[in-house]
Amino acid sequence: MRYGLLAGLLIGAMTLSGCTEGVLDPKGPIALAERQILFNALGIMLAIVIPVILAILGFAFWFRASNERARYRPDFTYSGRLELLVWSIPAMTVLLVGGVAWIGAHDLDPGKPISSTVKPVNVQVVSLDWKWLFIYPEQGLASVNKLVVPVGTPISFELTSSSVMNSFFVPQLGSQIYTMSGMATRLHLQADHLGTYAGISAMFSGDGFPDMRFTVDAVTDDRFAQWVRQARETGSALDKQTYADLVKPSKAVAPFTYRAVAPDLFSSIVNADMGAQDSSLSICSTSQRAER
Amino acid sequence: MNLLGKLDWNAIPLHEPIIMGATGFMVLVVVVVLGFITAKGAWLYLWHEWLTSVDHKRIGAMYCILALVMMLRGFSDAIMIRSQQALAAGGAQGYLPPEHFNQIFSAHGTIMILFMAMPFVVGLMNFAVPLQLGVRDVAFPTLNSVSFWLTASGALLVNISLAVGEFSKATWWGYPPLSEMQYSPGVGVDYYLWSLQISGIGTLLAGINFVTTILKLRAPGMSYMRMPVFCWTALAANLLIVAAFPVLTATLAMLALDRYLGFHFFSLEGQGNQMLYSNLFWVWGHPEVYILILPAFGVFSEVMATFSGKPLFGYRSMVAATMTICILSFLVWLHHFFTMGASANVNGFFGVMSMIIALPTGAKVFNWLFTMYGGRVRFSVPVLWSIGFMVTFVIGGMTGVLLAVPPADFQLHNSVFLVAHFHNVAIGGVVFGVMAGYNYWFPKAFGFKLDERWGKASFWCWLVGFYVAFMPLYVLGLMGMTRRMQHYDNLSWQPWLIAAAFGTAIILVGVVCQVVQLVVSIRNREELRDVTGDPWNGRTLEWATASPPPAWNFAFQPKVAGLDAFWSSKSRAQATKDEPTPTRKYEPVEMPKNSATGFVTAFFAVVIGFALIWHIWWLAIVGVFGAFMTLLAFSFRRHNEIEVPAEEVARFVRSHQAGVAA
Repeated sequence: MRYGLLAGLLIGAMTLSGCTEGVLDPKGPIALAERQILFNALGIMLAIVIPVILAILGFAFWFRASNERARYRPDFTYSGRLELLVWSIPAMTVLLVGGVAWIGAHDLDPGKPISSTVKPVNVQVVSLDWKWLFIYPEQGLASVNKLVVPVGTPISFELTSSSVMNSFFVPQLGSQIYTMSGMATRLHLQADHLGTYAGISAMFSGDGFPDMRFTVDAVTDDRFAQWVRQARETGSALDKQTYADLVKPSKAVAPFTYRAVAPDLFSSIVNADMGAQDSSLSICSTSQRAER
Repeated sequence: MNLLGKLDWNAIPLHEPIIMGATGFMVLVVVVVLGFITAKGAWLYLWHEWLTSVDHKRIGAMYCILALVMMLRGFSDAIMIRSQQALAAGGAQGYLPPEHFNQIFSAHGTIMILFMAMPFVVGLMNFAVPLQLGVRDVAFPTLNSVSFWLTASGALLVNISLAVGEFSKATWWGYPPLSEMQYSPGVGVDYYLWSLQISGIGTLLAGINFVTTILKLRAPGMSYMRMPVFCWTALAANLLIVAAFPVLTATLAMLALDRYLGFHFFSLEGQGNQMLYSNLFWVWGHPEVYILILPAFGVFSEVMATFSGKPLFGYRSMVAATMTICILSFLVWLHHFFTMGASANVNGFFGVMSMIIALPTGAKVFNWLFTMYGGRVRFSVPVLWSIGFMVTFVIGGMTGVLLAVPPADFQLHNSVFLVAHFHNVAIGGVVFGVMAGYNYWFPKAFGFKLDERWGKASFWCWLVGFYVAFMPLYVLGLMGMTRRMQHYDNLSWQPWLIAAAFGTAIILVGVVCQVVQLVVSIRNREELRDVTGDPWNGRTLEWATASPPPAWNFAFQPKVAGLDAFWSSKSRAQATKDEPTPTRKYEPVEMPKNSATGFVTAFFAVVIGFALIWHIWWLAIVGVFGAFMTLLAFSFRRHNEIEVPAEEVARFVRSHQAGVAA
């Protein structure tokens, strides 16, 4: 019964995955490879887990005290051969899955560039309380809570945080990575299909956390170029001043763009010589005032 | 200068009906209990027999009572989390605003790990280990009492945070910078810090006590390879406590320095390093889960052997597996944050190391399986919990190994898939384990069995409820739902979350059944009475003495000639039934004297904790001075032991034998 339940749920999950936006419905090479690894590891383990569960239930049932036909062997406490089996079955499983893990950790290292003939697009990501800032250094513009990327093009991310720890995650594109203040992490993703995908923060970051969402629009090269052109013509420029405004905590911010970005903004956020520092000082002083 | 530090009337959340309702209920329960004790005139009895007791059995029972009470508290948090998430879909915000919801899940994690699972596991070890070793008490009985009361102090502080101030909103692991003053200026994180610090010291002292007891105090003839497996797992768990808890204490002390004195260990400015905290926290945190699960493995080993009517299969391999897990548990902490951006070699190494733990664990499952093989399995309540555990834990272990594959973890980290996984092993492993132990050793502790029917009802509700509550979370994790969401947009998640809430309701019925089981059993205690001291046809030494055992446990120190000492002595007695038992001369027994040290020290610990949380510096100094004077008074105590006269020992043995014969 219990196994049936599990099987039912697994099948349910597989069928559902077709129509949902989860990790089982990948839209890029990284997510696709990760799903494959998930299935491989699961398959290897199910091959041993299912028989074990059946054996547990079977042994418990057959050797019930009221079963006259089961032979009572109170001295059956050790068997070298069985002991060898007992240790080697999990050992083989671990060997196989361990291989999957080791190779996978290298192939899908988030810092490893995606090999492609297409020139990658660079995006700098900053997590703020509680929204996402995406800086396009080559295009010289920035976007809040909306990431637009050309389809079939590797995206090279550099990520940091202006305040607490967050995790940048687009389930349908693959790997998440932490954003941490004072340092930059690296991530490479690619969207292979046109569409709009949900992005989230996967690390609790305070009161506005559930609304700290963004969308990823995977568009054609032409549409991307068009979006860049439009973005350059609208909105304000992102400099020290406007960044200080943006840093102030806010929840559920609707997406908007900046037509220009101060060239060294990202590195100065990482080095905390502006913005984060200023805002932290201001928050600190208010809290201290509250204490008094 | 304000004499009460940050404390004022605004600290009591009078405008929050849910919190005030819960507080009112808590106060009501306390008043009813205190009133009941007063009405029965039981204060002196309680003081002499329980609060100041240094008897390991009494202390063990008190640990378990604390755990059961805190389980109710942590479980009410769980009900609120699940019902909030079942409601807050689309535009809906549910009934808990973020500042309240965030406290609830932080409190749920903190309570369930540190104030439910820990006391329960330590309580079972306290009760059973000295009995199984055939000794009269632990190595340091008064220290044992101090350990318990310090744990209780921590639990009390967590509960005070409900009524006065707030609890942490920065999750149960309290990662900075979120837990720094800058982002958590309230007292919540301070409640978290000091309740963990105080109970953590208690746990460390308990660890030292048990390692010493197991290494130095065993009945004559009980060599290491003759110890019951539960004692082995207790040894492993306590070695882990001794090695890991100082790391937690140091880490939290650094965070406290950041918060109180403006240090920069983990802060944004001053080149603090937040990654350092994550590493240190999990260097404690991962061994911590093995501190909880290893004794549970021990309970299952005892239960499977006893109720299959044969010795544990592969004893040596069980011991080897236990000690392997003990060592390996320190080499896997990084798998809690593969997504931090470490290099592929680092991630790969910790991934593979994490999987290697599945090897001894898998061997254990097979050994339990072959313990049943050729046995006569009696489906009593402890066995049901054990078989339920084996099936559930195998699934939880599988999803755990899945999460240990770094690329899979990049996708599932912090998702509710992870939540489902660790509840799968924490409920399916630890909770099922302590429940098996509770039903197994209860007759030994109190002299009567727990009601079987209600026990079975409770088990089935827990088992079914667990699957209904957590299997949907696996699915949701694959659908991309992350943990700790106060509300969400995706309407396709809602049916699954409603199912999970329904599962929690089934578990609630199971919890109610447990309470009813206890009440019914106390009422029918005469019918359920165990006069033999050996209600399950046991194998280890705790079943060789009366139920409940006398304060001195054994009239004569047992001599151990092999594994399963009591079983073999029973078999020998069977063979030599007709020969007259040689009469032995009873001797007076030296027992440690009761001491109020633990209770009084813990009282001052609460004072210190409360004062530090609210920045009432003079009160903190008073608390430290009081605690110090208490210890000073104890160290100048002249008489540490009382002598139980030989006649009393003899009288007890005779009345027990008369009971057995009748």
